Amino acid sequence: MELTLWTYEGPPHVGAMRIASSMKDIHYVLHAPQGDTYADLLFTMIERRGQRPPVTYTTFQARDLGGDTAELVKKNIKESVERFKPKTLLVGESCTAELIQDQPGALAKGMGFDMPIVNLELPAYSKKENWGASETFYQLIRTLLKEKVSYSEKISPLRWKEFGRRPKVNILGPSLLGFRCRDDVIEIQRILSEQGIDTNVVAPLGAGPDDIERLIDAEINICLYPEISEASCEWLKRNFGMEYTNTIPIGIKNTIEFINEVHKKLDLPLTNKKELENKSKLPWYSKSVDSNYLTGKRVFIFGDGTHAISAAKIAKEELGFEVVGLGTYSREMARQVRLTAKDLNLEALITNNYLEVEDAMKKAAPELVLGTQMERHSAKRLGIPCSVISTPMHVQDVPARYSPQMGWEGANVIFDDWVHPLMMGLEEHLIDMFKHDFEFVDGHQSHLGHTATNKKDNLNSDEKKEKNSKEGIIWTESGRAELTKVPFFVRGKVKTNTEKYAILRGIPEISDETLYDAKAYFS
Amino acid sequence: MSKVEFNKETGPREVFCGLTSIVWLHRRMPDAFFLVVGSRTCAHLIQSAAGVMIFAEPRFGTAILEEKDLAGLADAHEELDRVVNDLIARRPEIKTLFLVGSCPSEVIKLDLATVAEKLNKRFLGQVRFVNYSGSGIETTFTQGEDGALKALIPLMEASDEEKLLLVGTLANNVEDRFKKIFRNLGISNIESFPPRQSTELPKIGKNTKVLLTQPYLSDTVRDLKHRGCEIISAPFPLGIEGSTEWFLGAAKAFKISELKVHEIISPLINRAKLALESHKEILKGKRLFLLPESQLEISLARFLHNECEMDLIEVGTPYLNKDLMKEEINLLPDNTKIVEGQHVEKQLDRVRESNPDLVVCGMGLANPLEAEGISTKWSIEMVFSPIHGIDQAADLAGLFSKPLKRNQILTSKTLVTH
Repeated sequence: MELTLWTYEGPPHVGAMRIASSMKDIHYVLHAPQGDTYADLLFTMIERRGQRPPVTYTTFQARDLGGDTAELVKKNIKESVERFKPKTLLVGESCTAELIQDQPGALAKGMGFDMPIVNLELPAYSKKENWGASETFYQLIRTLLKEKVSYSEKISPLRWKEFGRRPKVNILGPSLLGFRCRDDVIEIQRILSEQGIDTNVVAPLGAGPDDIERLIDAEINICLYPEISEASCEWLKRNFGMEYTNTIPIGIKNTIEFINEVHKKLDLPLTNKKELENKSKLPWYSKSVDSNYLTGKRVFIFGDGTHAISAAKIAKEELGFEVVGLGTYSREMARQVRLTAKDLNLEALITNNYLEVEDAMKKAAPELVLGTQMERHSAKRLGIPCSVISTPMHVQDVPARYSPQMGWEGANVIFDDWVHPLMMGLEEHLIDMFKHDFEFVDGHQSHLGHTATNKKDNLNSDEKKEKNSKEGIIWTESGRAELTKVPFFVRGKVKTNTEKYAILRGIPEISDETLYDAKAYFS
Repeated sequence: MSKVEFNKETGPREVFCGLTSIVWLHRRMPDAFFLVVGSRTCAHLIQSAAGVMIFAEPRFGTAILEEKDLAGLADAHEELDRVVNDLIARRPEIKTLFLVGSCPSEVIKLDLATVAEKLNKRFLGQVRFVNYSGSGIETTFTQGEDGALKALIPLMEASDEEKLLLVGTLANNVEDRFKKIFRNLGISNIESFPPRQSTELPKIGKNTKVLLTQPYLSDTVRDLKHRGCEIISAPFPLGIEGSTEWFLGAAKAFKISELKVHEIISPLINRAKLALESHKEILKGKRLFLLPESQLEISLARFLHNECEMDLIEVGTPYLNKDLMKEEINLLPDNTKIVEGQHVEKQLDRVRESNPDLVVCGMGLANPLEAEGISTKWSIEMVFSPIHGIDQAADLAGLFSKPLKRNQILTSKTLVTH
């Protein structure tokens, strides 16, 4: 049993709903009690969808349990098929139905329909949402394509040359309730098209069962969100020989690397290499003098595996930040995140407990947090600016404007989204210059509102509660006075560093001089 | 009883389960913690309905069952014990801990009553443990509050003191208004259930006169009756009419003259009628379809028809206790179509066929209906907004006039864009 106050991921059947709702001509009969219908609002309210998710809940009640819940399942399947006429039917159960073992998938298969039926077994007590989405997508592809395995030749990534046409690829993984998928797909299709590559199928987002059946018309697969599509890509590789990409095109370097990888796999010459470096404004914006102040900014990163890993790379290599914390809630991607963290001399935080993340954030004393909506709230409480880089989805993560994370435009969006919450370079410089003028208000705030950054939390209440620091170090009058002169946004860091220095040196009292000693020591 | 038409329907539903009521119950009793014993789905449901992220640590959580808990019930009890110990160590300010049963815990027959009993012994004098079920196989949405209140009744001490007991969660400001009005009527001993602090439970007995503020408390009412309480028969205090009858009902039980009631509340009524006018102008003659969710539907239909002159197409309710709703049903116009239960697809067919001006529905259905050109009002807002009483009648009407007004603004042909 695990005490959970809030969870990054929903149950696995919500993952299945993400796949069903992303697609056309599919219906999902979910053996579940009435309360499980809450999940519809994730799609209709958060994604602002104008259609209901294609899901029928069998709505069994306590009084049905003594009787025949299997009959109820069959009745709902029959009604759903008649009403919605899906081309493929998904059948599964949520946590409670798993316990009563009606095996709705098997029941459906025995009802004599001629449409393909996908029997979803998603263990609700050990797995979570992303796994459920991945498994559903994989089972759907397997069901619709398994008969073709025996008579299909292995697909050569070079066969487009024989066919005398442009190479074709599938884009796999984008789904509803995935982070900025809607816009990433447009960006990636545009990039591929510019390189002379056609998109065969995008799935699950916007695809129907017919599209799934023609996945094998493409030469290779683009595995855009491994959390959702890696298992499917692997199956297509094993059974049809279809190669798939490993690079996630988030950030300039990874986008270029992604284009390279696609070209290499297809044996398509890359002729516009130089041009690619100027497709996004990020490199120049990052190089321009105003961005000097970004150098070494301490960044704490937490999110799903894919976005967290990409963010770490961009932060370090493309913006010149210092990554001081990296973690994920995606256990399936823990290994990769650990490797990335190791490269940064960090230990990765793998957890589903947001309070642990908040603690780690506090300890790392970052100047910027890149996280989920939950980290945005934690950062707000700590007075640290934050930009959201990952699911779980919030209505704000479905902006009206075109706002991808991937490709050239994605890099532009990322530059703006990550840099704007920080105080601008010139602004910071000016504040530093004028901080001793009487007009300067202590607690001067960036326009994005550091509501939690106030004297109370940072200093006064600390002083009252623990006049001396935890380690028994005393702040003298002059030490405290000097600390108030430090701009609020670095004050916490200065305070910790000075105390750290005092402990290191065995200094029992911190005076104004100690502050400067510490400053010199750490610079 | 007026000639209303009763129907029953079964089938797939689109409603919240009883766990959702934790969202307002935990705010009412800030010294209580609600621990759902359930699955990741339960945790996800509550956080999706409540927007949990804004809290550092909310006063509710889920002990998520894992595979090993299903293997042996003995282990599950032990595990729950461990979770509770951790929780209490972390949150020493908790005075009452509700162990809330869910669909999976009910199906595996996890005995929360026994667990609560054991924990009560161990934490005697520190924390009280109470258990109830908010499971979706037994309860819909507001019925969770019914379960929680029923579970508290055995803890209420006996007293023969005469008092007025308001039963059902109210917004604090509304409760204060009500108490002031009752004091002006001459009723001085007034208490609320649930109280604002879980430890300050009212004492009850044969001179306790219960006045319900919410229509979804069937089980609570039954147990209060068993404890000797007198249940005042009245409609519910929604709108001017309902609130007036409600005050009159209480006055009658305390032998206060009708004249006195009218004297006190007429100024309120006059000003409320004035405030209601602008909303009535928008709502008048508009056709209303209520989908089932909160059990407030019948009272809302009565208010929107009798005071705002809307036409009722269909009044859905997840559950109907005809006895408890007798006074309300009497006030409904003849031939009102009440449908208990739901077959969401068939009901939506009827919505489309009847071409309503406004549909009251859950959040899962609102945007899809809007996309079809049908204005909607989400029912969850009724349980989160202060809507009770004469002074709030216009605000209540406003919840329904707003979507129509907005629709008017957005589809107005007078807007010149270039």
